[in-house]
Amino acid sequence: MLEVSNLACSRGDHRLFSGLSFNLLPGQIMQVQGVNGSGKTSLLRTLCGFLMPDEGEIVWRGESIRELDEEYYAEMLYLGHLNAIKDELSALENLRISAGLSGIELEEKEAMAALRRMGLRGRERLPTKVLSQGQRRRVALARLLVSDATLWILDEPLAALDVGAVALMQELIAEHLAKQGMVIFTTHQPLHVAGMEMRTLSLS
Amino acid sequence: MKKFTMLDLLVLVIRRDLVLAMRRRADVFTTLIFFVMVASLFPLGVGPEPDMLRKMAAGVLWVAALLASMLSLGRLFSADYLDGTLEQMMLAPQSLSILVLGKMTAHWMVSGLPLVLMAPVLGLQFDMSAQAIGVLIIGLLLGTPILSMVGAIGAALTLGLRGGGVLLSLLVLPLCIPVLIFGTGAVEAVSSGLSIASHLSLLGALLVLALVFTPWVTAQALRISME
Repeated sequence: MLEVSNLACSRGDHRLFSGLSFNLLPGQIMQVQGVNGSGKTSLLRTLCGFLMPDEGEIVWRGESIRELDEEYYAEMLYLGHLNAIKDELSALENLRISAGLSGIELEEKEAMAALRRMGLRGRERLPTKVLSQGQRRRVALARLLVSDATLWILDEPLAALDVGAVALMQELIAEHLAKQGMVIFTTHQPLHVAGMEMRTLSLS
Repeated sequence: MKKFTMLDLLVLVIRRDLVLAMRRRADVFTTLIFFVMVASLFPLGVGPEPDMLRKMAAGVLWVAALLASMLSLGRLFSADYLDGTLEQMMLAPQSLSILVLGKMTAHWMVSGLPLVLMAPVLGLQFDMSAQAIGVLIIGLLLGTPILSMVGAIGAALTLGLRGGGVLLSLLVLPLCIPVLIFGTGAVEAVSSGLSIASHLSLLGALLVLALVFTPWVTAQALRISME
């Protein structure tokens, strides 16, 4: 489904990686590994189309993502270092707006259910500026629950999360893979998904 | 789950930006108070002769509006850029131009429209005739959206730059000169009994041109700034 061939990427004059090829099929999960500065985030951002690769091609369902553009974006979900939530808005408003931006109209009930599952019961209507770092991350992660995207691109999804939330993330990823979804992610914490073979891609 | 159409998305972005503006009201008032202050300082500076004030009223109000609209441009994309919302907007399954048009519209409603509504009061302060005030308002109604739209291009290009605010004004103000000329020209024409049609239709034409081209150009500029 997602085929990357001979990808090369550089920031400034520094070549981060080159000749990178892999193939991700439905129901597969891949972890991108590498030391700090090895280009993990750049790889994920290239897969999102934010960065132009120097060489190589990214193909989704047989077509280049440059040509698919909006059709590709409708099927993928990216969660970066930044949470994309507004301090002035409540968790509920944030979730409904970010779902709206990804093209889904979310009923209040569905949004409430998603936030409660993320462990934010009783805080749904508070402005997010009074929430802790980990709780804000949970608001951002609630998008995974309400999205119908096939491909999840997650950059450090476990940052700032406590043990309970990490377990919840593992559960969510397992559910997504069981539905023939695909996940590509980076992390510095161990993440175990029950019954799934974890593929790894090492950048050096 | 219902899918969003292009129009739904436009409405969503406008509504979101308006809610955000209402929750940080200080930003909205800064623009308006700046406009009122600049326009009110002129009579104090140049002396209170009604004839002279009447003559320069349109120019002063237009220049003040131009500068006031520069004030809020820096914030147009920077908050969304810093908290990552802009990334998500680029990944929306609709054209980025539509989202940009939504942001421009909301920006105008928050920073341009209050100026238009305030202008008649300031016009009275300069002893403008009712007819001249009417033309001034029509001109501002046509002109301030252009300022927001052209300004958005500059805001997108200077996104993430240090000292971007000054650069933004240097970039955008020269592009706004035609708006200033036709806007003040219309008021002068009506005061000297000439037809205002040509000035206002040129402003209208500029508005249509800006509506067609600026969202796309801004979207491209944003993509460059995100790299």
